[in-house]
Amino acid sequence: MDFEAVIGLEVHAQLKTNTKIFCGCATAFGGAPNTHVCPVCLGMPGVLPVLNKQVVEFTLMMALAVDCRIARQSRFARKNYFYPDLPKGYQISQYELPIAERGRIEIEVNGTAKTVGITRIHMEEDAGKLNHEPGRPVSLVDFNRTGVPLMEIVSEPDMRSPEEAGAYLRKLRSILRYIGVCDGNMEEGSFRCDANVSLRPRGTTPFGTRTELKNLNSFKHVEKALHYEIRRQQAILEEGGEVVQETRLWNPDKNQTFSMRGKEDAHDYRYFPDPDLLPLVIDDEWIARVRNSLPELPDAKKARFEREYGLSAYDADVLTAAREVADYFEACLGEFNKPKVVANWIMGELTAHLNTENKSITASPITSASLAGLLKLMDTGVISGKIAKTVFEEMAATGKTAAAIVEEKGLVQVTDTTAIENLVDAVMAAAPAEVAAYRAGKKKLLGFFVGQVMKETRGKASPDIVNQLLKKKLEP
Amino acid sequence: MKLHELTIHHAHELLRKKEITALELTQAVLARIEAVEAQVGAYISLFPEEALVQARAADKSLAMGTCGPLTGIPLAIKDLICTQGLRTTCASRILENFIPPYDATVMQKLKAGGAVIVGKANMDEFAMGSSTEHSAFKPTRNPWELASIPGGSSGGSAAAVAADMCLGSLGSDTGGSIRQPAAHCSVVGMKPTYGRVSRFGLVAFASSLDQIGPLAKDTTDCALLMNAVCGYDPNDSTSVPEPVPDFTTFLTPGLKGMKIGIPKEYLPAQGLDPDVDQAIRNAIRRMQDLGAECIEISLPHTRYAVAVYYVIAPCEASSNLARYDGVRYGFRDRQADDLIQMYRRTKSQGFGPEVQRRIIIGTYALSAGYYDAYYGKASQVRTLIMNDFKQAFERCDLLLSPVAPTPAFPIGEISDDPLTMYLSDIFTLSANLAGIPGLSIPCGFSRNGLPIGLQLMGRHFDEGTLLKAAYNFELATDFHKQKPRL
Repeated sequence: MDFEAVIGLEVHAQLKTNTKIFCGCATAFGGAPNTHVCPVCLGMPGVLPVLNKQVVEFTLMMALAVDCRIARQSRFARKNYFYPDLPKGYQISQYELPIAERGRIEIEVNGTAKTVGITRIHMEEDAGKLNHEPGRPVSLVDFNRTGVPLMEIVSEPDMRSPEEAGAYLRKLRSILRYIGVCDGNMEEGSFRCDANVSLRPRGTTPFGTRTELKNLNSFKHVEKALHYEIRRQQAILEEGGEVVQETRLWNPDKNQTFSMRGKEDAHDYRYFPDPDLLPLVIDDEWIARVRNSLPELPDAKKARFEREYGLSAYDADVLTAAREVADYFEACLGEFNKPKVVANWIMGELTAHLNTENKSITASPITSASLAGLLKLMDTGVISGKIAKTVFEEMAATGKTAAAIVEEKGLVQVTDTTAIENLVDAVMAAAPAEVAAYRAGKKKLLGFFVGQVMKETRGKASPDIVNQLLKKKLEP
Repeated sequence: MKLHELTIHHAHELLRKKEITALELTQAVLARIEAVEAQVGAYISLFPEEALVQARAADKSLAMGTCGPLTGIPLAIKDLICTQGLRTTCASRILENFIPPYDATVMQKLKAGGAVIVGKANMDEFAMGSSTEHSAFKPTRNPWELASIPGGSSGGSAAAVAADMCLGSLGSDTGGSIRQPAAHCSVVGMKPTYGRVSRFGLVAFASSLDQIGPLAKDTTDCALLMNAVCGYDPNDSTSVPEPVPDFTTFLTPGLKGMKIGIPKEYLPAQGLDPDVDQAIRNAIRRMQDLGAECIEISLPHTRYAVAVYYVIAPCEASSNLARYDGVRYGFRDRQADDLIQMYRRTKSQGFGPEVQRRIIIGTYALSAGYYDAYYGKASQVRTLIMNDFKQAFERCDLLLSPVAPTPAFPIGEISDDPLTMYLSDIFTLSANLAGIPGLSIPCGFSRNGLPIGLQLMGRHFDEGTLLKAAYNFELATDFHKQKPRL
């Protein structure tokens, strides 16, 4: 039977606020254990939470960026469960009245566009971390992460393939980074994803029984785990079996999912409204202010790049995936207004270099101004395209400007026609047999002569002039 | 003159006129504690050395003339208000050795005002109870009749004031826990409007109902303590940025024009002791004599209040008490082999039976499938009870009722009967559900010589009117001046 996968994703995005969601402790990652803590985030007797307004602001930005409806009044709720990394014995989250609902995100897979619905977005606090000491019968708890703000973004079950899930996640992360509320680092855990997946016979509407996949720590793992899980469920269904509703853990070493807990072991979180926090009221003015503060988002920017700069859909997509790249591109254009050339150099030379060095574009040794400087030298004929690539390498290694390198190494293109003519004469005189062969019709030998001249000038001769002169002199 | 018998306002006069020193006053109170604490058992912890240090500091302020109404005044604090560096147990084994790293907002205010903290008062464990028999450490005895309960949960705070073991105290009131012990011990006790006093540093029992308030020897002292502890606190999101008046300005003679509502559902209440009934009827007449108009009003949803309260309070408590898990502070069972066993054994040994009972009730009521029928329904009925009061206050300025259906009962008499204990809160817990202020003042004695209290309830943030009525009642009576024989 032909099955169709139904996938929904739950993403937890750590918000880039300076302080925690309900107290004034720093959110900084990587401090010594239990150094970013206070009575409030440690859940001492008698303490009370006070909502960090920046968390609301960031969540509103995301909610508006994905077209959600904003609740004029939302509530925090307590999610009750016991675990040593959860100091109060409950997590403050949102349940019945989340801050935002019913949004959407546009994705594209293999040239096909699609809308994925956002069910809801809500705010909650992160838990601490347990460190299990090897060889000792104890676990140590680090509460630095306790109370770090999280935004949970729940999608509709609108995705039909692991690739669509990947595209959704990448788009989501791109938007989060554009608006600057989350750094989107899956490996470090600032962007976490759980996936719900089920199968149904293609063409039917009712959902099949779903499983929830956890421990998906990279984009690659999300897609691999979904592929595995779809195959696993398909095998069960094809043998006439039934998928069990359960939570499964992805094991990246074995490339398999394993059952973690069944439906009957699911927690009863005993949610109820947190009496320590007032209902969160958001008025039209606040929404309008946040909406106006939003930067241009990836889809809009992509459309504008195609329209304004005449870029292909592909180029515009690559250049707008990250806001920093788009900003770099436009900064470059400010100095050197040839979009296609700039696009090629950013997507080619620069990206290759940054990938090798494992650097982000904001840490690029070549600034947008210096790249523009290089492209200008090439465009005005001071250096050839070939020399430009050498100069680029040198710029990347030393951080010097193109002009300085060209000057220093004497790489200025030779455009003096007389000087080149002398060289052409010399090359022709040194190869009488090839001259004869060319004149007898072996036109391919032109390349040989060009190469000889360029060799003499160590590549600095203007290829246009060399070609012109050679053609003229070789014709009888 | 016995210094420990002074009221706060009287002691302040004498301190200001340099007729006594704060050190003498504190020493007198410590000596009084020394003399009667063995009989009463009002305190869980005493801090005599710290108190004397604070008293000396107060004398310096007094010498420099930089003193307030509470400078050098010895106070008792209910042992669920966090005091930095001073053990705060909540009368529970689970926090037996807990020393808070911070001060509750009210403690910061009292310290800034120069008050002297002599000790932490006994209570029902985590404020769950109406008799102070549910303290993990010891029962407190009623100074008027040592075989009887002092009321609860702020029984230690009330008994300490009644027995002159402090000049005033702070308690907390979730369903009557200030007013009922105040009534049983013949002192003045006020539950302020919800949001009036910061809860930051008050160990939570039921967050939407808890409120800190004063217990005092008379209405003037009550107003002075209210002045000291009220006010918006940015650390408590549920505290309200409402201006705080000087409550002593309400203490003026004359009740002309005041309308007092008598809830018709309250007086013929089941199990209302005839002595209490008589004392309340006398009080109504007294108020009329003073110029107030008394009218009958109706609070039609009164009969649901106990049920609503005993769903909402345990639900919140079951969540609030989850943090006592033995992981970070407090008692931990060290014999456990794994995490679940550690949780089970820590909580089973750390919490007393009444606390466990309420955690279990609350956990059950919040469970999947029961939430709507219990917590959801209770929240809806709570709104109806709030509306009852709102409508009543369209017709009157305050409400008058008994505080408790009976005078203090003998220790042990109903400690095994939780339902009867719960029903004894009938007159007080509606104010917590509605968030309105309530005041208990002495209004008589039973034929056995046990105190009887009168409750006044008012509009949100209108504690002033309650204090005014109470002050006038006090001017016309001498119940508050009588002292237990110890």
